[in-house]
Amino acid sequence: MRHDHLLSANQLSRDDIEAVLDRAATIADDPPDHADDVLALLFFEPSTRTKMSFDTAMKRLGGTTVDMGSAEASSVKKGETLADTVRVVEGYADAIVLRHPSEGAAKMASEFVDVPVVNAGDGAGQHPSQTLLDLYTIRENAGLDDLTIGIMGDLKYGRTVHSLASALTNFDARQQFISPESLRLPRSVRFDLHEAGAQVREHTDLAEVLPDLDVLYVTRIQRERFPDENEYRAVAGQYRIDEATLADASDDLTVMHPLPRVDEIAPDVDSTPHATYFEQAHNGVPVRMALLSALLGGEDR
Amino acid sequence: MSDDTLRVAKIRSGTVIDHVPGGQALNVLAILGIDGSAGEAVSVGMNVSSDRLGQKDIVKVEGRELSQAEVDVISLIAPAASINIVRDYEVVEKNRVVRPERVTGVLTCPNHNCITTGNEPVESAFDVLDGGVRCAYCDTILREDIAAHL
Repeated sequence: MRHDHLLSANQLSRDDIEAVLDRAATIADDPPDHADDVLALLFFEPSTRTKMSFDTAMKRLGGTTVDMGSAEASSVKKGETLADTVRVVEGYADAIVLRHPSEGAAKMASEFVDVPVVNAGDGAGQHPSQTLLDLYTIRENAGLDDLTIGIMGDLKYGRTVHSLASALTNFDARQQFISPESLRLPRSVRFDLHEAGAQVREHTDLAEVLPDLDVLYVTRIQRERFPDENEYRAVAGQYRIDEATLADASDDLTVMHPLPRVDEIAPDVDSTPHATYFEQAHNGVPVRMALLSALLGGEDR
Repeated sequence: MSDDTLRVAKIRSGTVIDHVPGGQALNVLAILGIDGSAGEAVSVGMNVSSDRLGQKDIVKVEGRELSQAEVDVISLIAPAASINIVRDYEVVEKNRVVRPERVTGVLTCPNHNCITTGNEPVESAFDVLDGGVRCAYCDTILREDIAAHL
């Protein structure tokens, strides 16, 4: 990769993506040595999978991690700015992985430090390392060209959706977005898709497109986004899939979810050949190993 | 002498902002931070006829030449505007505004969850699009009522 930071999927070319995915496929067999490198994990929002997979990835590269712990127990509680936090941590670590509740946080952080910054989720903005592991999983199961992908759920606030939609414009992918009207894609993502000439359609009903899909990417409709609980319940129930829902799907359909799921995928889907979401989560480690190695300059060590 | 000129008197020295879209003159004053409280001499013509725009506004500010940053922001709401510098009743310089690629530190992001709206030491920055601007930090696109976010 030719970037110093990974802030948004918008900065990734097809070559960038394929280089990381190719490296991820082999890195476990021959990991480069990053024994001298330290990765800082700055998570200002709760995270299990993303944080643990970055931690594991760095350790499998032979490196170490430092973790600020929860925001409530850190100097943030005392009113320290993010800009100050990253400038201090830059002195401790060779790269920073940052999750923050504000959109644009990773970009701002990158302007204050010289070490690489990886955006591990900034509010409702972007989550580009998730996108790399999503694309790895898609490539393994359905290929990345001549692909019809349905992306369903909270498209407005879902940062994994924003990053994935953007990255897919590098490939021959037909993107079918399925959501309630109130949770359609934000204007900025629609603008980028239009500018990229992407093949995009929007729907409110999964049944309209399900038989055509190679991949169904399900996201959680976030209860906390709705001012009215009843409004949430009315919408959320319509976007739940179970084994019966998938009766009309292709036998080869790959069902993905960035996890954690709540009730949008019923447990009876887990035992079907469609279920790929646990494999998807596991892919976080090799993909993040490849990403960290590229950003830390260790691809050829 | 045209009707327009009669309606908006000549100034001795300062800036004439011409070919502002009809109805935008007050927003131009807002960009310039002019509300009359500082005693500036300002002449405003609103919705006067224009061959180029149909209707246009004109703002004449006595005793002041605009900064490039001010002209950049005016270009967002008045892309056809011309900026005329006047000295001793003569127009000594006449320039059309050029839309910049980015404006920094002048607009506030409407996304309350954007990192630029908190207490971080960072200025707002917007990339200029055709017909709007886009926050360089959170990607929020602003098309309507840009002047409300000054």
